[in-house]
Amino acid sequence: MKLSREVIHTEDKRKLQDISGEEILSCYQCGKCSAGCAMTSAMDLLPHQVIRLLQLGQVQEALDSKTIWVCASCLACSARCPRGMSLPNVMESLRSTFLRPGDRCLNPAEIPYELLEIVPEQALVAAFRKYT
Amino acid sequence: MVYSYFPGCTLRAKAKGFESSTLASCEVLGVCLEELEEWQCCGATFPLQIDNSFPLVSPTRTLASAKKAGRELVTLCSACLNVLKRTNHVIREDLDKREKVCAFIEEDYSGEVEVLHFLEILRDEIGFEALARKVVAPLSGLPVAAYYGCLLLRPPEEVGIDDPEAPKVLEDFLLALGCDPVDYPYKTECCGSYVVLQPGEPAMSPSRLVVESAKSRGAKVIVTSCPLCQFNLDYAQSGSVERGENAVPVVYFTQLLAAALGFGEEILQFDGHIVPPGLIFQSVGVGGCGGLT
Repeated sequence: MKLSREVIHTEDKRKLQDISGEEILSCYQCGKCSAGCAMTSAMDLLPHQVIRLLQLGQVQEALDSKTIWVCASCLACSARCPRGMSLPNVMESLRSTFLRPGDRCLNPAEIPYELLEIVPEQALVAAFRKYT
Repeated sequence: MVYSYFPGCTLRAKAKGFESSTLASCEVLGVCLEELEEWQCCGATFPLQIDNSFPLVSPTRTLASAKKAGRELVTLCSACLNVLKRTNHVIREDLDKREKVCAFIEEDYSGEVEVLHFLEILRDEIGFEALARKVVAPLSGLPVAAYYGCLLLRPPEEVGIDDPEAPKVLEDFLLALGCDPVDYPYKTECCGSYVVLQPGEPAMSPSRLVVESAKSRGAKVIVTSCPLCQFNLDYAQSGSVERGENAVPVVYFTQLLAAALGFGEEILQFDGHIVPPGLIFQSVGVGGCGGLT
């Protein structure tokens, strides 16, 4: 990867900061977020790796990761972050970048009927908030 | 003690036992939960995009409705608590957003309402000692794992009803009922939440960890105050009863409360639970637990 000012400081990254309200460069990569994350078993990138990619301007690579859809917004990472960064806000800004043009990551028709019958309403409302 | 009450969407559908057990217990405890005249779904998750105020509309309407009722607002569901409290915080602190949202809903609201979880009423208003005196069917010696999950505790500065890393309100509550609270390291970990709807069920791995951890410390029951936590921890054990494995029922804390206050299954309403709670109470031989045996 060849790094330059142009590669690192992109318009896409500025937008992520506007949506999330977080300063991505404030992270110093201690890894505490990833150490305490309950969802890492289903992630392809660890949370701190997503942040590192964004610091280096690699927004598309972060957008392509499974991690942003597996984050459950439980806030364990942000409650423990020594820099006070809310990673879930950053994850949501990445999801929003994908969803706002009208794409979706959850198709209601593809939710198995057996699950749909028993899952609490809260899960459906939350999932459609996060994935559509 | 009269409070405004926000049931939320799930308590009127898949989590009926959470509400019925609470309302019956409230009568015994002298607490009156008066349902808000106007309320709508809180949105189930607090929006994490700071440039979009629209998801704040629905919870702010509920808060404004509670202001008119003039009382503190009580929730049972952890998600409702989380969304309403965080929205209240934004309305109090962010004048810009307050102006925008209030202009849209045509209400005058600036964060006057206090949002409380029912556990706070039990702890701070009734008191666990007084609660213990009301218990007629103590769940003596029943090993119970308190599961907090995320929404009651985080973010601590806006929502937390207890210490975010070492909470004890549920354990203190369980002691008042005569239970034997089980200590285990996963009590504040996430269950996987709405990720359960993603293909491949990636939420089941964290849910299983919570259940296995509670089981390894001897828990016979897990209690929670979140319908989605209840579902995920229960769903993660699908088929285990049929396979003859050791399964742990997951119940709402108010279902244990109502059991200890002498109510039976018609009030506790375990319909929809995957691991049947009644059988476990029977198998551990808990004495005098109302209509559970």
